[in-house]
Amino acid sequence: MPYKHYILICSGTACESSRSREIHDHFMKEIKDHQLENDVQVVKTGCFGFCEQGPIVKVLPDNAFYVRLKPEDVREIIEENIIKGRMVKRLLYNPKDDKGRHPMTDVANIDFYQKQFRIVLRNCGVIDPEKIDEYIARDGYKALEKVLFEMTPDQVIEEVTKSGLRGRGGAGFPTGMKWSFTKKAPSDIKYIVCNADEGDPGAYMDRSTLEGDPHSILEAMTIAGYAVNANKGFIYIRAEYPLAIERLNIAIAQARDYGLLGENLLGSSFSFDIEIRLGAGAFVCGEETALLASLEGERGMPRPRPPFPAVKGLWGKPTVINNVETWANIPVIILRGAAWFAKIGTEKSKGTKVFALTGKINNSGLIEVPMGTTLREIIFDIGGGIKDGKQFKAAQTGGPSGGVIPAQFLDTPIDYDNLIAIGSMMGSGGMIVMDEDDCIVDITKFYLQFSVDESCGKCAPCRIGGYQLLHLLEKITNGNGSMDHLDKLSRISQAMQKASLCGLGQTASNPVLSTMKYFTEEYTEHIQNHKCRAHKCSHLLKFDILIEKCIKCGLCAKACPVGAISGDREKGYLIDHTKCIKCGLCFERCKFKAITRG
Amino acid sequence: METIKNLELTPGLLDYIAQWKDKPGNLIMILHKAQEEYGFIPRNVAFKLAEVLDVPLAKIYGVITFYHYFKLEKRGKNIIAVCMGTACYLKGGEDIIKELETILGVGLNDMTPDGKFSVEAVRCLGCCGLAPVMSINGTVYGKLLKSQLPEILSKY
Repeated sequence: MPYKHYILICSGTACESSRSREIHDHFMKEIKDHQLENDVQVVKTGCFGFCEQGPIVKVLPDNAFYVRLKPEDVREIIEENIIKGRMVKRLLYNPKDDKGRHPMTDVANIDFYQKQFRIVLRNCGVIDPEKIDEYIARDGYKALEKVLFEMTPDQVIEEVTKSGLRGRGGAGFPTGMKWSFTKKAPSDIKYIVCNADEGDPGAYMDRSTLEGDPHSILEAMTIAGYAVNANKGFIYIRAEYPLAIERLNIAIAQARDYGLLGENLLGSSFSFDIEIRLGAGAFVCGEETALLASLEGERGMPRPRPPFPAVKGLWGKPTVINNVETWANIPVIILRGAAWFAKIGTEKSKGTKVFALTGKINNSGLIEVPMGTTLREIIFDIGGGIKDGKQFKAAQTGGPSGGVIPAQFLDTPIDYDNLIAIGSMMGSGGMIVMDEDDCIVDITKFYLQFSVDESCGKCAPCRIGGYQLLHLLEKITNGNGSMDHLDKLSRISQAMQKASLCGLGQTASNPVLSTMKYFTEEYTEHIQNHKCRAHKCSHLLKFDILIEKCIKCGLCAKACPVGAISGDREKGYLIDHTKCIKCGLCFERCKFKAITRG
Repeated sequence: METIKNLELTPGLLDYIAQWKDKPGNLIMILHKAQEEYGFIPRNVAFKLAEVLDVPLAKIYGVITFYHYFKLEKRGKNIIAVCMGTACYLKGGEDIIKELETILGVGLNDMTPDGKFSVEAVRCLGCCGLAPVMSINGTVYGKLLKSQLPEILSKY
């Protein structure tokens, strides 16, 4: 090691938003002030994944894992840890759990990382994503070299097929098969596309991969180009991800400089180049045919399949489209071999899956686990359980296209087929944890609102069906529902699944069907008893004052914005339900829990 | 149409158009640049682009109105984007919007009368670990509390 210490600073979006740039500048200044330039190297890395604890700094070789740092803590780390060799205990990750453990001095002991297995995120939090040399030092572009000089295109496709890798964008189509279709399609021009239009609200796996390890995507796309004989690649990325775009641009420029993109790669006869194209905020563009329309500069409306893009895609030419996470697996599969990869995971779902674990969970963040890990392991072992000791209610996977997984399936091994069997889907990897305070009907309405907003309007089942579903859900949450609405919801949902043109419409009703199946009693409660047990649906709420607890202070009456609380400090107070707008201010304001919410 | 004939696009946009003009599928990229230059896509700029790129105006408007990212109205100097992704929704993103509306006295997608702020709801900023989240001109504020808003706004 040329340096005595390495300081790795997480520079993912989440940590940067909590001042990791300032922390970096402080480190640079302190290192200069203490004349440590030759002993310490500071590296800005991609996401560590443990976003809950950000900003995170790791010091090597000590393996000290500092969390929730502030710029003013930097000097202490330099003076204590770097100069005196004593870790700063108060800044180390401290799980504060009942096992009586002390601040963690070794990353390997942190629960959050113990059950994880990193293939896709192998370089995130390890290398500086803006330096190609660091990627190369971690075997980067070695897979490309291997395919160019040791493998035929058919061997590459065979290796990917044998690995059992399936598309990580949601549908789970076998990647090798996709490539072989494009390979076989006769055409002089073919294209490679990376789908980085991560539109699922509550998911940021692709963003972190691109921010933390952009070269792995470039390398993988080039390998695919060689395998199917394409010379041009496009990365279609959300305009909302400026940091990822910046790092991709840097990576592309560096790769061109090194002869890893452009003409005659590494002196071979193969040429390949990549261009970035920006999305403009349309969820439907995550659907491959809509994405292609958008790449062509059109409105992002899906096209009927077949023909599939693998045969007739961008500008009518055969096109391989894969999602960021799928791409990130490719170099590893080539280097370590299909057999190695196929050993990880379950029978039909190989490898790992990255999830953005969020919602009401203690350790929210980005995780990568082998396929077949159970929800219980993810939520309780890695995620550290539900926030504030509340009850787990359900987890939503697949975002607006997926479904809920209730507590009874906590021990189901998670893979493509098991999730479909229980009415959800893998999706791109958003995993939102809900607790007892979340109303299942309200969440379903949220997803439907999303799908209705994002429906492109081309086909009637999605355009009209989605709107009708939303309308019915609004009636139910407003207290105007009737039991026959449930039947209507289910019939419209099924029609949308069967008759919609693209994936968005076909899956938009999944949240409705899945929540109605597992939480029927909550729907009927809303309809028959006008009751929302999570107190989320404001129209169904009723506030009352408990005489026995009320001290007649009058705070509630003062707080009420519509004058619905009348009375005085002698007689006490009363809520007029006809005037009440159910804002809940009185409930929040009362210090004596004398207001009930039912 | 006189105004359009005399309208000069900004040099930045003209350079960009020269660079992209012959690439297929360039319209969205050029609109991104136009929005970057003007803050939104003004009507006369859209007309001018139709002329310069030789694309039907209907197509340009078709694309602008299809994508959420493109704006046809002038926006405030500071753009507040409140995340309404699922994680932020569960953790009270809606309350943040309501509070901003109360403080600034404008509704969603509106600009304050002094042109200082616009409030927008956005899909997902991808910082779900920090929910609820908002960004002002791209700077992200995470783990927000309603009570922090006045102080944050006062910085702008």
